[in-house]
Amino acid sequence: MPLPDAEPLSGEIVEETIVLSVTDLSRMMSVEERHIVELVEEGVLSVLQIDASEWRFSGAALRRARIALSLERDLGVNLPGVALALDLLEELERLRRERETARR
Amino acid sequence: MEFKDYYKVMGVPRDATEAQIKQAYRKLARKYHPDVSKEKDAEARFKEVGEAYEVLKSPEKRAAYDQLGSGPRPGEQFRPPPDWGAGFEFSGPGPGAGSGFADHSDFFEALFGAAGAARRGRRGIDPGRGEDTHAKVMLDLDAALKGGSRTFTLRIPEIDATGHIISKERTLYVQIPKGILPGQSIRLAGQGGRPPGEGTPGDLYIEVEFEPHPLYRLDGRDLYLELPVAPWEAALGATVKTPTPTGTVDLKIPAGAHAGSKLRLKARGIPCSTPGDFYVVLQIALPAADDERAKAAYRAMATAMPFNPRASLGV
Repeated sequence: MPLPDAEPLSGEIVEETIVLSVTDLSRMMSVEERHIVELVEEGVLSVLQIDASEWRFSGAALRRARIALSLERDLGVNLPGVALALDLLEELERLRRERETARR
Repeated sequence: MEFKDYYKVMGVPRDATEAQIKQAYRKLARKYHPDVSKEKDAEARFKEVGEAYEVLKSPEKRAAYDQLGSGPRPGEQFRPPPDWGAGFEFSGPGPGAGSGFADHSDFFEALFGAAGAARRGRRGIDPGRGEDTHAKVMLDLDAALKGGSRTFTLRIPEIDATGHIISKERTLYVQIPKGILPGQSIRLAGQGGRPPGEGTPGDLYIEVEFEPHPLYRLDGRDLYLELPVAPWEAALGATVKTPTPTGTVDLKIPAGAHAGSKLRLKARGIPCSTPGDFYVVLQIALPAADDERAKAAYRAMATAMPFNPRASLGV
């Protein structure tokens, strides 16, 4: 257990403060850069400015990339399947929230 | 140690073919994958299924496991037999079961050791820098509203001196940034994996999920509270006590309010540069007609107010 007077670790919220490059994402996910590029080409990840000289992602790409790669690895889903699953998961999440609101 | 019946976990007979086992695994993995599933205990079930598959899909491990028979009677403790593992060679990495974290039961580790545990290959990104690692934690709503420090216990895989993977408990004391939302991650620089030898450690990303709050429901940055009011408070208007995350406030209910009426308290949701709002949704609570005086009061209302609540239904 930490000492009560220990200094807590502090970090930043990735989604709000951080802009990521392909290299950042590949390092964060421990995959090759090519794999991140494939995620973009399949529409799993979207870049902030498509015509920029170098691709940039918002911090929200971290969670999408993490889920995409874990679905690929754990369930043997291919990339188009991953893209579909992520879109459906988002839709499901939205419907669940709406149902929760309607139920009250 | 508890004996694990891997066939039971997978829901297949002991003579199942490789194809049947793979099919069962895929089905269960989809059902319990922590990123997909809303099932209770999804993560624990997913790990259990992953472990069962790791054993049953490998002909060597399965044959060795089968020699144990169907295990001790329920409740009995299991010990691996002294000749366990003789004549079998376990080779090759297993699947990367679990989301990047090798985390096996004691039963598995007693039988197959950490040698059976797999690790995702690190494909030479930067050999001088440790791997970035990921974890998920549950957070209370209060932390997002007010900030503050929280303690988390994580299971982190580490490589020991012999090159084996062991799962270690690690306690982290973390400052929660105010305004964080479910699904977002906190980056803790330098708290990730350590590279072999000299080098910079990687970062640790902790993705937060929120425990359901007994009073408030979150939608984006907005908070919702269901507030019960008496029929006369709704009809005549009233000032009532209302809990909010920052303390009890006096809330003015306008006359003629009805069930489902929403009252907005601006900027009392999750803080941010454009903070969320706090919505109070009214519910009409009816007092019980459980004595003569109450019944008389309801009868008086019925006489005083000719009211058909079903007028809109055409009856």
